Amino acid sequence: MKLLNWLALAPAWALIAAPAHAAPKFEDSMAQRTLACTGCHGKEGRAGPDGYYPRLAGKPAGYLYNQLLNFRDGRRHYGLMARLLDPLSDAYLLEIAQHFAALELPYAAPPPATAAPAQLQRGQAVARQGDATHDIPACVQCHGDALTGVAPNTPGLLGLSRDYLNSQLGAWRTGQRRAHAPDCMARIARQLSPEDLAAVAAWLAAQPLPRDTRAVPSLPRPPAISCGSAMLPAGRPRP
Amino acid sequence: MKRAIAVVLLGVLAVLALVVLLNFRGEDEIHDAPPLTPPAGESVARGAYLVRAGNCMACHTDRGGAPFAGGRAIETPFGTAYASNITPDKLTGIGDWSASHFWRALHNGRSRDGRLLYPAFPYPNYTLVTRADADAMFDYLRSVRPVARANTPHRLRWPYSTQSALAVWRAMYFSPAQYREDTAQTAQWNRGAYLVRGLGHCSACHTARNALGASSDMMDLSGGVIPMQNWYAPSLASPGEAGLHDWEPAQVVRLLRSGIADRGTVLGPMAEVVLQSTQHMATADLGAMAVFLKSLPRAAGEAAEGPVASARMAERGAKLYEHHCAQCHGDKGEGVPGAYPPLAGNRAVTLPVTANLVQVVLGGGFPPATAGNPRPFGMPPFATLLSDDDVAAVVSYIRGAWGNKAGAVSEFTVSQQRGSIGR
Repeated sequence: MKLLNWLALAPAWALIAAPAHAAPKFEDSMAQRTLACTGCHGKEGRAGPDGYYPRLAGKPAGYLYNQLLNFRDGRRHYGLMARLLDPLSDAYLLEIAQHFAALELPYAAPPPATAAPAQLQRGQAVARQGDATHDIPACVQCHGDALTGVAPNTPGLLGLSRDYLNSQLGAWRTGQRRAHAPDCMARIARQLSPEDLAAVAAWLAAQPLPRDTRAVPSLPRPPAISCGSAMLPAGRPRP
Repeated sequence: MKRAIAVVLLGVLAVLALVVLLNFRGEDEIHDAPPLTPPAGESVARGAYLVRAGNCMACHTDRGGAPFAGGRAIETPFGTAYASNITPDKLTGIGDWSASHFWRALHNGRSRDGRLLYPAFPYPNYTLVTRADADAMFDYLRSVRPVARANTPHRLRWPYSTQSALAVWRAMYFSPAQYREDTAQTAQWNRGAYLVRGLGHCSACHTARNALGASSDMMDLSGGVIPMQNWYAPSLASPGEAGLHDWEPAQVVRLLRSGIADRGTVLGPMAEVVLQSTQHMATADLGAMAVFLKSLPRAAGEAAEGPVASARMAERGAKLYEHHCAQCHGDKGEGVPGAYPPLAGNRAVTLPVTANLVQVVLGGGFPPATAGNPRPFGMPPFATLLSDDDVAAVVSYIRGAWGNKAGAVSEFTVSQQRGSIGR
């Protein structure tokens, strides 16, 4: 009996004793090449554990490509990112973007909402209907009714942490994060009151993903505002 | 007493006269007007090549800015210098310069309006560029799109901000020169020497600077820490650092062409040089540079001695290595050819100056995406994952494992270095 117990446990012991790195072997793949990204952005780009390094997997390719260009060319600022991207070509940045965009991986459930019900309600109203009196369009107008983004250049807004959403909207307000003109998100973030900004971030961060998490191919109606961030810059490699 | 004062005054005047004289030697007054006809296509093409070889764009283009429109901040120990607009815009660029003005800037370090230029612009090297090459470069720059962008004033501390301080510096450390052919050497060697010492301005990083930012012997290429960036440009004369004496010339060409060779990979500031400059150079020129670099007098290798890691630190370093590094660099530091450099027997790992090793662990990095290596493999940054203590343990382990015999790195060294990450 004792021996049987030991035998049953043996595979578990083998697992514990095996070195942590034994599983993955070198392969000539994009996943291997982009280990430099997934070190912070989580395994396969599923987001870092603290929520500050956002998910990359499944975001629209054009959006990811634009962000890589923005970091490299100084429209977004994060020293570690700029340093990694400095020696890379446009063509390779596009390939990296396409690699992560093509990963269809399940999302974790959102953390339970800690915000007050009134704040969540206000956040939902801003995201779904906008606020005409303050010239704020609804998030869904451009990011899609399911808020999963629109291919190829508009990102989804779900599956992001509250801290990340707050900091990005804040960065747009202060001009720390920029996009090509017309920089629609900069304008919208400046129109938002600090309370509404916090409310919309709290609500978005608490929403579960719909069954189909992919960006929709097109919007039912063209958005009323024009966005430089939703276009690819001219004269560069394109998907 | 009166006599003593007179002698001192005379002495001061003599020094002043000498400084002024030294700052104008070899210069004729320029009366040329800017050219009225567009440059010839052939000269533009030759100039484009030379401007690449001189990597002018790297400094004269701001991050995400228009090519050659200037504005990039060059951090120095004396303050920040801003690269100027060298597009042919009449008001803010060099649109009203003549070829002689351009030549004088390269050769004498003087701007069109007569002001002395700061040696952040590497004219102590460019002074060796021939007039014919300078004229072609000027023709190319005349052909680029003019951009109206007023120059950003430098922000240097007093007294470095003054022209007189600069004049004294120049009197001490700069003299206009011409490349003199060494007739004992081959034409190929001479071509390499001209490119390395002149346009390529390799010594701007690969030679140590003194407290006043001057290179003691500009041409010795014996390695130096790049001020403010805290990367170490290793000695090209020392076989223990980045000396190329034992390399096949074809491997040197490969490194400068693609950023990766059998025995080395470029990262950090050199990745930028390969990306923007050397990958575009002709094989004959890269081969000539290889011949010259291989002929540098061998410097005696300094043993990378240092404190030996304690048993506890080594054990901790080995554990961290197994967990974070071995997946790519191998259990025995053997690396993966073409993707991840070996760490065993790697000179970049065992350099006496540990700046680069710590930089790479903290900030990660990719080799340049060149035509010869368009899809490089990258290393993740560990700055957010590992403490200074961890980094010290793991790099100390790597420096002493698998036959490597370099000294340990302290936690203090790592924390000093962390400040320059992500700048």
